[in-house]
Amino acid sequence: MLAIEGWFTIEDGLTYLLGTRCATCRTISFPCAAGWCRNPGCGGTDLDVVRLSRRGKVWSYTNACYPPPPPFVAAEPYEPVILAAVELAEEGIIVLGQVAGLTVDDLRVGMDLELTHGPLADGPLVWMWGATS
Amino acid sequence: MDVGRDLVSGVYVLGAGMHPWGKWGRPFQEYGVAAARAALADAGLHWTDVQFLVGADTIRNGYPGFVAGATFAQALGWTGARIASCYAACASGAQALDIARARVLAGLCDVALVVGADTTPKGFFTPVGGDRPDDPDWLRFRLLGATNPAYFALYARRRMALYGETGEDFAAVKVKNAHAGSLNPNARYRSRVTTADVLASPMVTDPLRLMDICATSDGGAALVIASEAFARRHGMAGAVRIAAVSTVTPTFPNTAVELPVIATDSSASVPPPERDFRASIAHEAYAEAGLGPEDLSLAEVYDLSTALELDWYEDIGLCPRGEAAKLIHSGETALGGRLPVNPSGGLASFGEAIPAQALAQVCELTWQLRGAAGARQVTGATAGLAANQGLFGHGSAVLCTA
Ligand SMILES: [Zn+2]
Repeated sequence: MLAIEGWFTIEDGLTYLLGTRCATCRTISFPCAAGWCRNPGCGGTDLDVVRLSRRGKVWSYTNACYPPPPPFVAAEPYEPVILAAVELAEEGIIVLGQVAGLTVDDLRVGMDLELTHGPLADGPLVWMWGATS
Repeated sequence: MDVGRDLVSGVYVLGAGMHPWGKWGRPFQEYGVAAARAALADAGLHWTDVQFLVGADTIRNGYPGFVAGATFAQALGWTGARIASCYAACASGAQALDIARARVLAGLCDVALVVGADTTPKGFFTPVGGDRPDDPDWLRFRLLGATNPAYFALYARRRMALYGETGEDFAAVKVKNAHAGSLNPNARYRSRVTTADVLASPMVTDPLRLMDICATSDGGAALVIASEAFARRHGMAGAVRIAAVSTVTPTFPNTAVELPVIATDSSASVPPPERDFRASIAHEAYAEAGLGPEDLSLAEVYDLSTALELDWYEDIGLCPRGEAAKLIHSGETALGGRLPVNPSGGLASFGEAIPAQALAQVCELTWQLRGAAGARQVTGATAGLAANQGLFGHGSAVLCTA
């Protein structure tokens, strides 16, 4: 089960973020824009759902040394949540995600990460950033 | 947009008042009323003189928080005054001030009271309860566990990577602000700290430690503002003048990783604006006032984290990008320096009482520009800027002159 519908998809084991691309001005929106283009100079209403690049460069990163409060469900015992903000060059967009399989000591600003997925502590899957394959 | 420049002739701060910040555990309206009465006394006016009251909303305290204008009006005693309430997260106080100022400038009232107050639970700020997957503020907690300090940490780490800054550089902000706060009777934290104290405090969200991050506090702040004619009639022609209020929002594409969103706008088809969002906040205030950073005597900036104060130095034009650490180590932004920043002690010494905080910044500007800031006084202060940024894309900056 996905933790949120319409934001990402998993096909053949590969995870993809889903966004929209405006047919008029080519602006990408993530999460998907509904109804109209978010470029105020455009006003287009013809939006196609597209898969975003699966790789990007770390813009910044951090961790949560203490369990985040609800509605986050923290694992017990608590495993520090790692977060990365990853810049997708082609889309010109920075997307936050939890990080799978790496700690803050493994991360560097500018390094490449690749999209994967993993479970929240109560089960549903969410997109995550992981090491490149 | 420079539309306001000719209109913003004369709106004056006649009174400023605060309820001390702390963790008092009382209803927020008690702090708001205490601050309002202090501001009215400071102005030499009575609540019955007030024609318009604006309340800055708190959102975590149930129904009354959403109707702050009426809550404060009732608590002060119904007078039939017109009211308004507004919510703009951390920028609520500045937006409330802007609403009051607009009504004064429009000639719809002569004297207005602006009040913000909050009472806060322990721990991290969390979103409003319930299962609300359409709310980005709910989603970032649910999917990512991304607290407010986590965003501050992303900005801090980015500074370290771009400019080679360190935990010692960030700690210098706390040391400076704790010193100023130790001189402020309204501050919650009155103890001086050392760099070693900051670096010994527990890591919360790498690279930020407990003492790098502002706490959540109870507190209240209020301002009495009036038209130039009213000020003159009441013998207060020399009062502090509100030269600009900037309440800008971002311009598309907003390329900042902005609380509480999970992704930025795309800059692939439309290039980013010349100034990013935080820089545009002060820029609009300078444009409206016809002043620049070189004209400032002091600034109050929103130091949600120590590292964020360094971002603000660059955003409000005190130094070029990447040179904020050099600026803090020079001592120029400390009390006694060329341009003290957060002479009140800042959020580092107050903790954040959201709807009150932007008003508290303007209280400090008022006292400084009157020469009434006591041990914190910036000598010969003639112009001060208060800059702030609220969740969901609310910018705020207030520029006052003596
Ligand atoms: Zn478009």
